[in-house]
Amino acid sequence: MTDHTAVRVVLVDDHRMFRSGVRAELGDAVEVVGEAEDADQAITVIRATRPDVVLLDVHLPGGGGRAVLAALVAELPDVRFLALSVSDAPEDVISVIRGGARGYVTKSITGPELAGAVRRVADGDAVFSPRLAGFVLDAFAATTDVATVDEDLDRLSQREREVLRLIARGYTYKEVGKALFISVKTVETHVSAVLRKLQLSNRHELTRWATSRRLV
Amino acid sequence: MSEPAEPIAAPVLPGDLPVRRMYRSSDGRVLAGVAKGLADHLGVDVLWVRIAFVVLTAASGAGVVAYGLFWVFAPQSPYEPAGQPRERGRDLTMLLALGSLAVGLVLLLTALGIGLNPGLTVPLVTVCLGVAILWRQADDDARERWRQATATSQGPGMLRAGVGLALVLLGAAAILAGPANGGGAVGGLVAAAVVAVGIALVSGPWWLRMARELSAERSARIREQERAEVAAHVHDSVLHTLTLIQRHVDDPREVARLARSQERELRGWLYRPVGGPGGSTQLGATLEAAAAEVEDAHGVAIEVVVVGDCPLDDRLVAVRDAAREAMVNAAKYAKGAPVSLYAEVEPEQVTVFVRDRGPGFDPDTVPGDRLGLRQSVVGRMARHGGRAIVTSEPGEGTEVQLEMPRDRSPS
Repeated sequence: MTDHTAVRVVLVDDHRMFRSGVRAELGDAVEVVGEAEDADQAITVIRATRPDVVLLDVHLPGGGGRAVLAALVAELPDVRFLALSVSDAPEDVISVIRGGARGYVTKSITGPELAGAVRRVADGDAVFSPRLAGFVLDAFAATTDVATVDEDLDRLSQREREVLRLIARGYTYKEVGKALFISVKTVETHVSAVLRKLQLSNRHELTRWATSRRLV
Repeated sequence: MSEPAEPIAAPVLPGDLPVRRMYRSSDGRVLAGVAKGLADHLGVDVLWVRIAFVVLTAASGAGVVAYGLFWVFAPQSPYEPAGQPRERGRDLTMLLALGSLAVGLVLLLTALGIGLNPGLTVPLVTVCLGVAILWRQADDDARERWRQATATSQGPGMLRAGVGLALVLLGAAAILAGPANGGGAVGGLVAAAVVAVGIALVSGPWWLRMARELSAERSARIREQERAEVAAHVHDSVLHTLTLIQRHVDDPREVARLARSQERELRGWLYRPVGGPGGSTQLGATLEAAAAEVEDAHGVAIEVVVVGDCPLDDRLVAVRDAAREAMVNAAKYAKGAPVSLYAEVEPEQVTVFVRDRGPGFDPDTVPGDRLGLRQSVVGRMARHGGRAIVTSEPGEGTEVQLEMPRDRSPS
């Protein structure tokens, strides 16, 4: 935990009102070192300031959050991205996670919860909102009974499934730990493992699933 | 909203490239810009494309045919460096290019075995040259219109069109007068055919242009219609809600309720597939609708997460009603704290969790009305063959778990 030093944050969102709102809500919990309102500006600001965490809007002028991720994830491995969006569309969620974001929260999140999420991402853990957990369960559920799936990456373990289910039910990591009799650290390990699978699994089903959810 | 049109457009799907069209380039072309346009489209050097065309021409003249087809079907690029002066001495280069095309055509005809008759080949090549000049000129006309430079020199354009026309006429006349024309009834037919083909070739560019303009106009009209629809929707819903919000500034609960229900409505409109609210016969959609009702009635935010989905049957209607009861109860006792609903459809059963972060209660000292909830939710689930479990602890909120086995027979 890096509690003693404030987490350095860059806010990327095309709505100025939203940025100042987030800034006010985060208060002293973090140090906002920069703001940007489109993809190009974000890339410049992030390169210049090297923050710990970038709060990244999914829908941005100039290519969206995905363009920022594509430009910087490999170049600045120490900078972590937390996606923030009003969108519930599965393909948006899945695409930023696969683009390299360490988590996804919706803009309805409360200030203290957001501050907690930022700290968690800064520490290298993953942040799943209930909705993201639901998406992952949905996406990976479709293939669990397919015998041909032999890659570990394409499967969730029983424990990971339990953790995600509790998060989808609205449990905090602490409450998940309590319910499953494991430590918060272990919960974080499970969630990070799921994030890794989500990012590395090379199944096209993920994308297809996200698309089909929209078209059903 | 800095970009009002942006959120309406469907987001680009992951792994899905935007549709790219091939345009003929007017920049750096020799004849019609086919090779350059193709090179830009494929991302290779234009020289390779030209070599490919030449090689293909040697192969029974396929290159010439391909070039012609690209010329007709690939539209002229509308993107062009502005103010680029038309180069002088260009006509000579063009004529050279046309000449090589003609040679290619002769090769093609030879390959097809009909070029051995010089009395036919020469007029045919003449016609082709004329047609090429005419079509090339039509391209230039289109370019001029894009540039909107009306005052450019009309002279060379007219001259070239005239030369093209003359060549076509000359060729046609030569065919008619040639040895292939045997006279009599057959001769008349051939003459008519030659004239018809000639007219079609000469007027082709203008027909094509008219068709393209028509389709451009049509897509503009569709865009306009979509815009009008969006404007109407924004007016009916969002503006209306904003007015209501201004009227209720003193009542934060009402403002929150209005904002929340508007958000839900707009979200449904933006992200839901075409076909309106439909799908109300699916469990997920009915749970969302029930949550929306409770949100509106009690002014509490309810986060709904549904994993999997299935059609509604009698038992699942009971699940929905029980879930709604549980949400109403959570909304009442949670005192504004968020409520979450999680539903999971598995092959064997459907599970629904309703959780609030309210003060919770001690199950041993159940208040009277909570007992009522137990009766209605637990009783209802039991009657339909499922079960409900209520867990609560003071300070930890309350969770209602509903389980219903699924009907295994496909209905």
